[in-house]
Amino acid sequence: MPSLKDLKNRIATVKNTRKITKAMQMVAAAKLRRAQDAAVAARPYAERMTAVVAGLAASVGKSDGAPKLLAGNGSDKVQLVVVMTSERGLCGGFNSTIVRLARARVLELVAAGKTVKILTVGKKGRDQLKRDYGQYFVGHIDLTEVKRIGYVNARDIARDILARYEHGECDVVTLFYNRFQSVISQIPTALQVIPAKFEAAAASAVYDYEPDEGAILADLLPRAVATQVFTALLENGASEQGARMSAMDNATRNAGDMINKLTIKYNRSRQAAITKELIEIISGAEAL
Amino acid sequence: MAGTLQFDLVSPERRLASLAATEVLIPGAEGDMGVMEGHAPVITTLRPGVLRATGAEGVKSYVVSGGFAEITGTSISVLAEQAVPLEEMTPALMDAMVADATLAAAVNPDKDSADKAVADLLAMRAAAGH
Repeated sequence: MPSLKDLKNRIATVKNTRKITKAMQMVAAAKLRRAQDAAVAARPYAERMTAVVAGLAASVGKSDGAPKLLAGNGSDKVQLVVVMTSERGLCGGFNSTIVRLARARVLELVAAGKTVKILTVGKKGRDQLKRDYGQYFVGHIDLTEVKRIGYVNARDIARDILARYEHGECDVVTLFYNRFQSVISQIPTALQVIPAKFEAAAASAVYDYEPDEGAILADLLPRAVATQVFTALLENGASEQGARMSAMDNATRNAGDMINKLTIKYNRSRQAAITKELIEIISGAEAL
Repeated sequence: MAGTLQFDLVSPERRLASLAATEVLIPGAEGDMGVMEGHAPVITTLRPGVLRATGAEGVKSYVVSGGFAEITGTSISVLAEQAVPLEEMTPALMDAMVADATLAAAVNPDKDSADKAVADLLAMRAAAGH
């Protein structure tokens, strides 16, 4: 049975914790807004890019001269898995869901006899995957120092991936990230970027191409990869803040419940102590 | 008075401009081109250079580092990897662009076009007198 003083200290501790989680929730809410704005601002570019590349891919894609980025290099032996997670924890199941999906895919690929390579973006994913799949790691991209995700970061990652592909170090590249749906729901997603997959676009207006279609496609595909990485990073950023916000909301609420329970306990034991003292006095008086 | 066409300039991070323009001058990969209302539909890649849009409030200029433009008879959308309004352009930014293009040229399998982009940027820097 904890003493009254213990209980009082405990309540004070939980109150402090609640203050911190509350503050973190507020910060996450503000950051979420910014992340969502960034995602919305990036949408026109990504959409247009996808539309144009899909249109081009539909017309060029089937021919023999199709770029390797689109048609693949005829092999799917070496699979590069890019796991994008957050740099910080305390965001609920955000990182675990991505890692779980990636892990399932890795197991599947290994069982199918493929060679797996893992590139991690974000510290948390690396930490979680290191123990089981450390031998597959080929690199890690650290974004700890990055305050705001910019296109530059995405381009650097894309360049890294493209260079590996170019050097024949991998045949298929898949991104793993969380797609933002709402504050309480983020969907872990696997997106194959190389060879590129596009839904067949509806035939748009007939364009002239300058230079020819093949050259434009060859120019645009690396950019399209960078754009996809950028979109994934932004979605991930928004998801992370959303997940953190709801996790911290829960924590705040739990702390509140705990304080209530502890306060009741505190009051009860205080009353019990008083009653006990009274009984002692009365029985002492009666004994005389 | 000639008709206008809808001009959009977007970079991956944000929409830089969206206005009705009477004429837009873009640095196409195979030469500069002026686009006015009723232009034939074209998709062209861009080389690094200066883009000028003539609108109701005069001429607006932007430095673009490459990308592509989609032209229809009534609109032109330019998707630039990096775009900066001309008046905000600084020597430091220019140097960063050159450094970046040089870096990209090192890994790009299409050596010719990448080197050309660097050369274009250097020419632009020389023209600006930095």
